[in-house]
Amino acid sequence: MALRNIDGRADVAGILAILIVTLFLALFGASRAADAAFAIQMWTLIAATLVGTAMVTGILGRGPSVDQSSRYENGVVKAGVVASMFWGIAGLLVGVIIALQLAFPTVFYFEEWGWTNFGRMRPLHTSAVIFAFGGNVLIATSFYVVQRTCRARLAGGLWPWFVFWGYQLFILLAGTGYLLGVTEGREYAEPPWYTDIWLTVVWVAYLLVFLATIWKRQEKHIYVANWFYLAFIVTIAMLHLVNNLTIPVNAGSWFSYSLFSGVQDALTQWWYGHNAVGFFLTAGFLAIMYYFIPKQADRPVYSYRLSIIHFWALIFLYIWAGPHHLHYTALPQWAQTLGATFSIMLWMPSWGGMINGLMTLSGAWDKLRTDPVLRMLVVSVAFYGMSTFEGPVMSIRAVNSLSHYTDWTIGHVHSGALGWVGFVSFGALYCLVPWLWKRARLYSNALVEWHFWIATIGILLYITSMWVAGIMQGLMWRAYNELGFLEYSFVETVEAMHPYYIIRALGGLLYLGGALLMAYNLWRTARGDVPARERAGDTPVTAPVAAE
Amino acid sequence: MTYEDASHIAQTWGLVLLAVLFAAALVYALWPANREKFKRAAHAPLADEDEDGRQD
Amino acid sequence: MWTFHKWFEKHSLILLIGILVVVSIGGLVQITPLFFIESTIERVEGVRPYTPLELAGRQIYIREGCYTCHSQMVRPLRDEVERYGHYSLAAESMYDHPFQWGSKRTGPDLARVGGRYSDEWHRAHLEDPRSVVPESVMPPYAFLARRDLDVSDMQDHLRANRMLRVPYNDAQFDNAITDARAQAEPLGANAYDFEQRYPGAAIRDFDGEPTRLTEMDAIIAYLQMLGSGVDFSTYQAEAPENLR
Repeated sequence: MALRNIDGRADVAGILAILIVTLFLALFGASRAADAAFAIQMWTLIAATLVGTAMVTGILGRGPSVDQSSRYENGVVKAGVVASMFWGIAGLLVGVIIALQLAFPTVFYFEEWGWTNFGRMRPLHTSAVIFAFGGNVLIATSFYVVQRTCRARLAGGLWPWFVFWGYQLFILLAGTGYLLGVTEGREYAEPPWYTDIWLTVVWVAYLLVFLATIWKRQEKHIYVANWFYLAFIVTIAMLHLVNNLTIPVNAGSWFSYSLFSGVQDALTQWWYGHNAVGFFLTAGFLAIMYYFIPKQADRPVYSYRLSIIHFWALIFLYIWAGPHHLHYTALPQWAQTLGATFSIMLWMPSWGGMINGLMTLSGAWDKLRTDPVLRMLVVSVAFYGMSTFEGPVMSIRAVNSLSHYTDWTIGHVHSGALGWVGFVSFGALYCLVPWLWKRARLYSNALVEWHFWIATIGILLYITSMWVAGIMQGLMWRAYNELGFLEYSFVETVEAMHPYYIIRALGGLLYLGGALLMAYNLWRTARGDVPARERAGDTPVTAPVAAE
Repeated sequence: MTYEDASHIAQTWGLVLLAVLFAAALVYALWPANREKFKRAAHAPLADEDEDGRQD
Repeated sequence: MWTFHKWFEKHSLILLIGILVVVSIGGLVQITPLFFIESTIERVEGVRPYTPLELAGRQIYIREGCYTCHSQMVRPLRDEVERYGHYSLAAESMYDHPFQWGSKRTGPDLARVGGRYSDEWHRAHLEDPRSVVPESVMPPYAFLARRDLDVSDMQDHLRANRMLRVPYNDAQFDNAITDARAQAEPLGANAYDFEQRYPGAAIRDFDGEPTRLTEMDAIIAYLQMLGSGVDFSTYQAEAPENLR
């Protein structure tokens, strides 16, 4: 009997306790549900806790078992790789759809399907790519890296699996919620109060698993990548807790009122929003850079000292930069100035980090020609440098007065998201699949080449069209005719966006196409397939080989 | 405490504290005695040879 | 061995604490002062809490993600003031939990859209944006007119707001559900009492469907009050109480 095997296992008992408490709270919520949206959310939660309980107790299948055949816990990392790829494609697909909605509103809106409207799909897109794709990449790579650099098995028995599945449940609740109209109405912090609470539980478990693994390490020094991961986990916990302080209307309602209002709420939200970029999309992925580039290039990082300075300077400065999202608003001027100053100072550590990543390859630049995975990683660092240059420029008040509210911001975000976060994640996943599934090499390096070029062209189309569109939009809004009247009505500026919205959608489509190629390639790699015949002239294989 | 007091403290002592802490981080990174330690640390990702349970 | 182990643990905790200290400073420096501003924020004549119907409309505005394309923050720049009206004051969003300033103008700013168009225009525009603005890229919201507004938990909404020190008085709190209906029934029995409780609020059948209280009523009631509170013909930005 499976249940007997788990006697005395604290991890299983703890997870079961959480699941059962959640189950009863969800049943209570379902019984009080004021509307269908909340009822659906609660029943989703009930179903998930029941499935979770079945998985943990072994009522379904074998029950909990930990694979002891390897020194390291690889199963949860493998699951994370699969989840990353899945959510990545889902998030990109939603992005393409909403881009098409703005380009062809008569084709892609459905009067009877309010839940597919832009306003509900946009949070779905941002959350899917940031939290579902990015989050899974970060959890999977952090679990991989912390074990290797600490030479210790992942701590906590089943808890890493709780973190993994708990996080997927968070994504499911948040994503389906958006389509049902369940939102808190603040960008990148849209999940409702109960989903926020669930994420808090998962996140605390994540922090403890990560810390406990560090505690049992057999290396004296904590490798710098783990510093970045730790800063990411801890700071996101803090931001999440402070920014999601709300009062629910009642136990049967998804709606809640933010503890703060107006100016205070705006500053708290952008302190959160900016640092979600800083600590989720930057610090976390810098950890990937500091492990995977040295590993794949087989060279130590260019300067370890620089990496430490990079770390402290980054977390010192980033946390201050939020108010640059609120230039010329009702926020007090000194806070705006402080935010802009720190944003500009932030340029230095960012480029320090970029140089450190790039120079790791010094003396081995030829590898860029032969190893497309390494090239993807290195180009991601170049994009990191580009967007961290553009960001401070846009935080200058005069520039911001033009760029704010326009598509320039969208272009800026995507040069970071597609170029930096996307490419560094893809690079890491291309490394991880052969390592984890114990394959000598990727199924096809040629497909990686294709992916690289298709995605790069996609990014270029995306960001150039948004630059042009955004700057044009900003200039049209402030254009005056010779009589001193505003030259354009608002809707004329909307009309002018049309061709650029089409180019943007095309760029997104190419990027999605690249990701699909990647998924196919990784799937064939994991299966252990070898191409029937290598095409003549194909570059020799130097791709990731599991270290033997 | 009023808004003026709070923003004054923030804009003076808050910034000083930040500068001091950052200087401490710089000293740690550049301290000569730490050089060897960092050199070894930099090689940490390259040395994890053991994937399948064999001990080093 | 054990002492070594312990020291390692400490080491990572020191790192953890260091990170927490460093990332807290910025927040403490920038954010905490603003929470003292609450007592000194300018009280501007005309800014009032939302009526129950407007509050319900605001919830729909949030639910549909209008903030993803519309800002509610006019910056003090010449073109914006000429296009949208007087720049936004901090006090104007003091009852907004959460704020809806937005960050993107795929559509125009809505901070002062109230009273700018007729109810009929809003109705037609929400049902099929391209019927009134052919170049629009906005999604259609015809379903709002078909969905009855659920006001059953309106008192809970006001209770939550009162906990956040939004000054709803006892009469407003006790009559929350009645008031939500009364605002859309100008000839109804409760119209007069509603007007006493919320002086200056519009009382109209917003959705042109007098027999029903729909989500369309709520969203239009909300849109029509946006930015209409402060009378800028008498507002003096340079007056000492309005300087921030």
